[in-house]
Amino acid sequence: MAIDWKQYDPDGFFDELIESPGKPRPPAGPLIDYLSEMDTKELEARRQMAEATIQEMGVSFTVYTEGGNIDRAWPFDIVPRVIGAKQWKRAEEGLRQRLKALNMFIDDLYNDQQIIKDGVVPAHIVQKSRNFRKECIGMKPAFGVWAHICGTDLVRDSDGEFYVLEDNLRVPSGVSYMLENRAITKRVLPELFERKDIRPVHNYPARLFDTLVALSPRRVKRPEIVVLTPGIFNSAYFEHAFLAQQMGAELVEGSDLVVGDDDCVYMRTIAGRQRVDVIYRRIDDLFLDPEVFNKDSVLGVPGLMRAWRAGNVALANAPGAGVADDKVVYAYVPDIIRYYLDEKPRIANVKTYLCDDPDQQAYVLDHLDELVVKPANESGGYGMLIGPHSTKKEQAQFAKLIKENPRNYIAQPTLSLSTAPTLVGKGRMEPRHLDLRPFILQAKETYVTNGGLTRVALRKGSLVVNSSQGGGSKDTWIVNEES
Amino acid sequence: MLSKVAERLYWTSRYLERAENTARLVSVYDALLFDLPREIDISWYNLVELNGAQALFEERYRVQDERNVVKFTLADDTNPSSMLSALNMARENVRTSRDVLPPASWELINELRIFANANIQNGINRSARYEFLDHVVKACQQITGLFSCTMSRDASWQFITIGRHLERVDMVTRLLDAGAAAQIQGEAETNMAISQVIWGNVLRSSSADLAYRRTTRSAVSAQEVAAFLLQDPDFPRSVRFGLAGMRHAASRLPHGRDVVGQIDRQLEAIDALDVETLLDGRFRDFLNEVQLDLIDLHQRFGETWFSYDEPEVA
Repeated sequence: MAIDWKQYDPDGFFDELIESPGKPRPPAGPLIDYLSEMDTKELEARRQMAEATIQEMGVSFTVYTEGGNIDRAWPFDIVPRVIGAKQWKRAEEGLRQRLKALNMFIDDLYNDQQIIKDGVVPAHIVQKSRNFRKECIGMKPAFGVWAHICGTDLVRDSDGEFYVLEDNLRVPSGVSYMLENRAITKRVLPELFERKDIRPVHNYPARLFDTLVALSPRRVKRPEIVVLTPGIFNSAYFEHAFLAQQMGAELVEGSDLVVGDDDCVYMRTIAGRQRVDVIYRRIDDLFLDPEVFNKDSVLGVPGLMRAWRAGNVALANAPGAGVADDKVVYAYVPDIIRYYLDEKPRIANVKTYLCDDPDQQAYVLDHLDELVVKPANESGGYGMLIGPHSTKKEQAQFAKLIKENPRNYIAQPTLSLSTAPTLVGKGRMEPRHLDLRPFILQAKETYVTNGGLTRVALRKGSLVVNSSQGGGSKDTWIVNEES
Repeated sequence: MLSKVAERLYWTSRYLERAENTARLVSVYDALLFDLPREIDISWYNLVELNGAQALFEERYRVQDERNVVKFTLADDTNPSSMLSALNMARENVRTSRDVLPPASWELINELRIFANANIQNGINRSARYEFLDHVVKACQQITGLFSCTMSRDASWQFITIGRHLERVDMVTRLLDAGAAAQIQGEAETNMAISQVIWGNVLRSSSADLAYRRTTRSAVSAQEVAAFLLQDPDFPRSVRFGLAGMRHAASRLPHGRDVVGQIDRQLEAIDALDVETLLDGRFRDFLNEVQLDLIDLHQRFGETWFSYDEPEVA
């Protein structure tokens, strides 16, 4: 028995593949036709093949539990998510524009702070930011770029448009899964790749390498690039090792590096100390250098900030870049784009209410049962109020919190995240909610991945896409509509 | 090559070798005990003494019987020398060295560890013990074989080689010492000729029985076995062979000269040993010296490659 697409019901949400019962969206047409030709048995066989492939390739992520850390196989859905090239082009341009402006903004904050003097953003954006690093004041990294690697979370609302949910400018992860998802799909659904219009994603490590090479302070033929990982117990260790391997860079931990009296960074090798030019660090700012930040950090390298400030080593992303992924800054991004680039934002923000503005706060307090309230500086969904799912007591508690510390809270309307068909049982397709994390690289040039990592909430009706909480992922295809 | 990566490869190799040796040791021990006359009190506890782990054993168990000793030697995760501990450590080291090892090694070590943990009870109970341990030995050899067939002979390979030889040589000297101890003890307790049984077992524990016969063309005797396992230049588990192997690897690594010098001095001492004097009281002292030299060598590796911190000489 084959899938009956007429029975597939996205329940009023925007569905990525199916426009109306039985009718695929044009870019997804060939995929849906192909899947329709498979019977339940064949689909199940492909799903099992994907599972076996994941085990073989050792794609895993680490889950922290009380009994120690467990490596779990990466949950993966074989049905790709398809996005038309024209629509993607708009999103891609929007992302380029956004990262360019954000980098100009960060550079400005650590130098003249002209945007504050001109009254476009309030001074408390710097004064109260948890991610502003005074140690970075006056620094001018190469190309004026602070956030070299950015993972921006996009969602599609019921109108089918892309909206930016948040910018991750510190140490965004997930790109290795984007690459592995494609590798798995090629093995599991090889017939589909006879079409030549699915844009490739495999060049990311090469582009990342180029980006890092461009940052080298020494003009040498082969600058030494390293990936700095907190180590095996980090949940993204698999990705750190993967990227190092793909780029042919050394994967190092803090203890492998040492800063010499000459303020240069060296790695400890069997032949002695060897100079390091560029560090792709996957460690948070505060653990980078115990001389400057967290004194107890054993993950970092004493003197690293000294070496960076002296211009002897490049750090990607630069310390302090996180100042711009604050949720309050997020609300100002459209203004920031207009201010630095004198352009209209090409990709929209989700409507955001700032609680320190009296009018907006009044609106938020009146509509707590409809809105999502988020603390400005937390990540990973901590300390949130999801209005429609909250009790009166929780709403009252948040009203109090907001009044006490309005600067610390923002509110957004509850989004209707788009869905896509997901294989949930033997040959059974049901809609599941998803988001998208494209990766943007910026140094001398800017590069946006073709698509990105699609994360999917595998539980029915759930909006939580995190892999630690029942989320999975899908391959993401950018295809030309013409074909 | 990063010092830390080099060190992990060295330990990967040592732990793999240790797991294999421990599995073999337990599996040949059965045979030994069956062959000895009842009145001789050579017990399973020798395995604990062999590893110098008496204190740790006393902490964990009261009775020095077969079950406890085998459990301690194969399965106990508080015993860093147990077979399972060695496999777990080997796996952790492979896991963090995946970028320099053949891709299949991760899968193999993973499978082996899962197998060993799932079936460890078969190693503890006597009925399926041989089969279980045989599987472990073969799986270890498979990984060693994979390394040997697919790795470039670059620095990574040299560290794998050094680790393997050091662990082997260490084990052989322990086996010889255990043999000497059993001989002395046995002679005091019985007037039977137990020498053949004891030294035959030492050979089997080192997978050396066939090579010994072909090379020496003589019956098993204490002197001949000891000389073979210490001085034979061609048998891959002899002390001499291991030292020469480490010497060759060290000569191909940066700053290896001092290490080579140290190994040369050890080789001289091994070669100068007079077989005839072997089994008087000084033999165990000599083995003790060899053990101390090995500890020195291990430390020298660390100083030379794993924590070398001088600016690179161009």
